Amino acid sequence: MGSPAPFASIIGPRRTFSRLLHDSRTRIAIVVLLIVALSAVFAPLLAPYDPTAQLDIVRLPSQPPSFAHPMGTDPYSRDVLSRLLYGGRISLSVGLGAVLLAMSFGIAVGAAAGFIGGAVDAVLMRFVDAALSIPRLLVLIMVASLWGSLGLIPLTLLMAGTGWFAVSRLVRAETLALREREFIVAARALGASPTRILVRHVLPNVAAPALVAATLGIANVILLEAGLSYLGIGVRPPTASWGAIIQDGAERVSDLWWLTLFPGLAILVTVFACNALGDALRDAFDPRQLPRGTDATLAKEA
Amino acid sequence: MRRFVAGRLAQAVIVVFLVTTVTFLLVHLAPGDPISVALDKPGVTEAVRQQWRESFGLDRPLGEQYLRWVGNAARGELGWSFSFRRPVRDVIAEALPRTLLLVGLSVVFSFALGIVVAVLQTERPGGHRDRWLGRILLLLYSVPDFWLALVVLLLFAYRVPIFPPSGIVDPVLHDYMSFSGRLADRLRHLVLPVTTLTLLATAAISRHQRSALAEVMPSDWMRTAIAKGLSHRRAVRRHALRNALLPSITLAGLYLPALAAGALFVEKVYSWPGMGLLAANAIVARDYPLITASVLITSVAVAFGALLADVAVAAADPRVRVS
Repeated sequence: MGSPAPFASIIGPRRTFSRLLHDSRTRIAIVVLLIVALSAVFAPLLAPYDPTAQLDIVRLPSQPPSFAHPMGTDPYSRDVLSRLLYGGRISLSVGLGAVLLAMSFGIAVGAAAGFIGGAVDAVLMRFVDAALSIPRLLVLIMVASLWGSLGLIPLTLLMAGTGWFAVSRLVRAETLALREREFIVAARALGASPTRILVRHVLPNVAAPALVAATLGIANVILLEAGLSYLGIGVRPPTASWGAIIQDGAERVSDLWWLTLFPGLAILVTVFACNALGDALRDAFDPRQLPRGTDATLAKEA
Repeated sequence: MRRFVAGRLAQAVIVVFLVTTVTFLLVHLAPGDPISVALDKPGVTEAVRQQWRESFGLDRPLGEQYLRWVGNAARGELGWSFSFRRPVRDVIAEALPRTLLLVGLSVVFSFALGIVVAVLQTERPGGHRDRWLGRILLLLYSVPDFWLALVVLLLFAYRVPIFPPSGIVDPVLHDYMSFSGRLADRLRHLVLPVTTLTLLATAAISRHQRSALAEVMPSDWMRTAIAKGLSHRRAVRRHALRNALLPSITLAGLYLPALAAGALFVEKVYSWPGMGLLAANAIVARDYPLITASVLITSVAVAFGALLADVAVAAADPRVRVS
């Protein structure tokens, strides 16, 4: 405690960053995500076999883990380790791509709704409310099953198209709150154009919650993609994806446990890292939350 | 109160309308129509298919088809399931109660468990127990639904075979059991699916319950409670919890879509013949009328559940009605 800290040092960006770096969750998450990302990028160098090659369908199908195949082989005699490494590319690229698109669109819609207000806001937000109450997985299932297995880009677009609702709601709420704040009113009084106010003053303040939402959004998209692949309607076979490897062994879980275990752990570790990073970011950005290690009733002063 | 319910009901109607329209548009934008898929067999000529299209009204203008589809859906006529060779309505009428049983039990259990865990965490925020429970919850929150189901299945139905791996009753012996035996048989089949779904839901509920508690902790009345000599634990249990419970009813409404998705995977893994397994099998069979109907019915059920949750909150908390 000691002398009262100046306001800026409690909520300023530097303090946020140091809070983030001192959080063990951040460090673990970054290390894990780096490993996953690097092994996906360098999959062609790391993978011992071609991920789609059926090595020997007579002697090699459904082999348990061994030296030659550390994660075993699937019923088509393909090497699971190689498929796992290549599968990371699908999960990460769909996750990143879809969330980047969904964020841009969601922020644009949310800022527009909050800033313009009136009928535009009412119509947009009624639509978003309705869309949010439809289970996303069901829409994905409908589209993916009606159109047959999708390619990588249609799948990313589909995930983006069903993923921007929550962000737009969040950004709209922030924009509405900001609109009445003194510094925005002052900017308006000084003659700043609406575009300038939006770009210079509103968007930077919306960045923090949007970043948290994006991190958690990537985790969600990875889970959804795995789920679709598990149902057999994800990325078009024989492309390797984590969910698809599990699907290949799903009919015989009790014999072919390695087809369930390894890709499942890969999904779990990646999604866990994204969620942990999202939690750490949220706590770092939002000092009003319960600080770790302080008495709860003192949180207001902390 | 009446105005609030009316407003919320209007919103639910918009949701249902949106779902019906989107479903209709998707089916018609998709390549190939239901008839070409269902009658994609050697020996069926194009003329026969055309005849079927006419008898199903698929040759009519899109607007007319849309009105007809909305009208039929409103009357509960959901079409013909090609894979079951029965009306979709009958197939769904059998499956829906089974899903409601599974989801209902899981909601009750996960709320009880989730609230207990959140209270245990908040009693000493930042302490050892808080952190470890937080990590476990985050892990459960990150696990793919179907993978958790597969792992539980592998462990408790195959490695240590104490529970049946699939179905709702024993396929052979059930009919020969006494009444209590049948009941026990049904319960035994419920254990693994309900446990899996409960674990998945608890993660989300508990995380939200903890932040709801954290929000009321710095209130003046909490400070008063502690100042007048209540132990921290007692203050959390008697004062904070009561004020932080209401938001979790709203959360239940918001969480329903995710729960429906979780139920789909759990049913698929445990071959639990409810709406989820129906949808999953309909995908494999490319039974479009059944896919669209199960998406529609599930979405309507979710919208209705969320409506109930909001009305319950408004009934309990006058502040919600005013704003």
